[in-house]
Amino acid sequence: MKEVFKELIKHKIGFASLIVISILVILALFAPYISPYDPFEINVNKILLPPSFEHPLGTDLLGRDVLSRMIYASRISLEVSLVAVGISIGIGVFLGSLAGYLGGLVDQIISRFIDIMLCFPTIFLILAVIAYLEPSILTIMIVIGATSWMGIARLVRAEIMSLKERDFVLIAKVYGAGTFRIIFKHLLPNALPPIMVSASLGLGQAILIESALSFLGIGVQPPIPSWGNILIEGKEALEVAWWLSIFPGLAILITVLAFTLLGETLQEILNPKRERK
Amino acid sequence: MITFLLKRFLTLIITLLGITIISFSIIHLAPGGPLSPLTEFNPKITPEYREKLVKMYGLDKPLYIQYLNWLKGIVKLDFGKSFSLDQRPVWDKIKERLPITIFINALSLILILLFSIPLGVYSAVKAGSTFDRITTIITFIGYAMPSFWLAIILMMIFGVKLQLLPISGLHSTIGYDEMSLLQKVFDWAKHLICPLFVATFGGMAGFLRYVRNSTYEVLKSDFILFARAKGLPEKVIIYKHALRNALLPLITILGLSLPGLIGGSVIFETIFGIPGVGQLMWQAVMARDYPVIMANLFLISFLTLLGNFLADIGYALADPRIRLESK
Repeated sequence: MKEVFKELIKHKIGFASLIVISILVILALFAPYISPYDPFEINVNKILLPPSFEHPLGTDLLGRDVLSRMIYASRISLEVSLVAVGISIGIGVFLGSLAGYLGGLVDQIISRFIDIMLCFPTIFLILAVIAYLEPSILTIMIVIGATSWMGIARLVRAEIMSLKERDFVLIAKVYGAGTFRIIFKHLLPNALPPIMVSASLGLGQAILIESALSFLGIGVQPPIPSWGNILIEGKEALEVAWWLSIFPGLAILITVLAFTLLGETLQEILNPKRERK
Repeated sequence: MITFLLKRFLTLIITLLGITIISFSIIHLAPGGPLSPLTEFNPKITPEYREKLVKMYGLDKPLYIQYLNWLKGIVKLDFGKSFSLDQRPVWDKIKERLPITIFINALSLILILLFSIPLGVYSAVKAGSTFDRITTIITFIGYAMPSFWLAIILMMIFGVKLQLLPISGLHSTIGYDEMSLLQKVFDWAKHLICPLFVATFGGMAGFLRYVRNSTYEVLKSDFILFARAKGLPEKVIIYKHALRNALLPLITILGLSLPGLIGGSVIFETIFGIPGVGQLMWQAVMARDYPVIMANLFLISFLTLLGNFLADIGYALADPRIRLESK
């Protein structure tokens, strides 16, 4: 772990994305202390003010400070994506190791299930499920997590399959280790590098999906700020308030880019087969 | 080849059944049952009327009977009636919208291939050059770009600032009927530029990356080294030997990326007001029009499955290694 971190810091792009993510985490953690205004405070005298010294990113249709709302929104985005990715790793690791270790019929069933899930365009599936539930932060966390585990499941399955016949597993079995102990203690740690890579990529994707859902009006509901739902107002006030569209979108782009590049860098570092430049 | 086809066809059927089961179970996720949006908060609906509705939709029967009835309906393209005020059959609603979505996605797929193949191949040949770096940057921005934001920016620049392009709809509403065919085509084109750009830019990232890396790997392989050692000209090596091997798997990637591409329709159709199935899906979700949601979910995933199936067969036809391996 430590070595990976050291390598990451040496890597220019990896280091840059790590910095961006750290800034984001700090903003999210200390939002109440950092944001200059109350993100929920409505002020009719300050409607749609362009960026100025007082309001660096302008104000919105209700006179709220956009910078403060965006800082609070980073909380929501990180929260949603972390929990969603946590869920998808949980399901993916569970089903993947089951399929990979047990093989046979169990593997057949789980693999078919993965294929079926992959046929649904994610956004259609999420929309269909959300239609039945009240849109809330918890709902979208669960729904995003429950529809994005297939990649990790495949990965873990393949990894465990390739390892389960090796000598060290055999020795563990001879010493009387149980199935779960073998999977968790001996097999899964080997699958950790690819899981880390897809977790990082997954965080970016989850943020992208959350903001799209919020933009479509079925994700995070106002007045709770999210980068996606600030953009709804941006679209409404397209002709008069460019700042309402530009800044939240830029925040999404930079954040997703950082997670994606971090994932890419991790892949480069962790994959011994790949030659380094 | 026949065993391969049969095998693939069998998986197609099993997967299709799986899709119907999942689509069907989602209907029954609703806390108050699938009828709740029709009956809840509606004082006009008496318990008797509710009973009648339950009978009409067959909700009093056991689940597996309901499922079988639903399946029977699907085979006849009968998805029931929409919950919305017009109460039109769901299939009629989808029928008039599906061609639009398929048309736009097909067009953007062609554009994606048209751009990503030459750009990717050139990047791989010139690996490490400035050109290669720029394509890599474009690829990652394509991955991370929220498509709805790109759409808003295009609207802002071309619709509001420059007043060059219309920002909503598939064609003009005023005076459209009086236009000549050529004018109509031109009118459509003007309306489609922005949505197509959004669809293509987002979808291209994956393809570009794949083409670049795959060509790069092939160019390093032994048989290319051998071709070089034989003294073949670089052009012949790249176009005749490398590309064939590098681009074949693209057929599979094409099939695999279908769900993502079609999923994007929800976003750009909603933003640009294009009357396709993506917009219908969004409207149905907002109105909790369950029959439309279910039919949409099922049909779109069925089309995806079909696309995957055709891609697999196409790949097997093109590459003998695949069909021999599966024997």
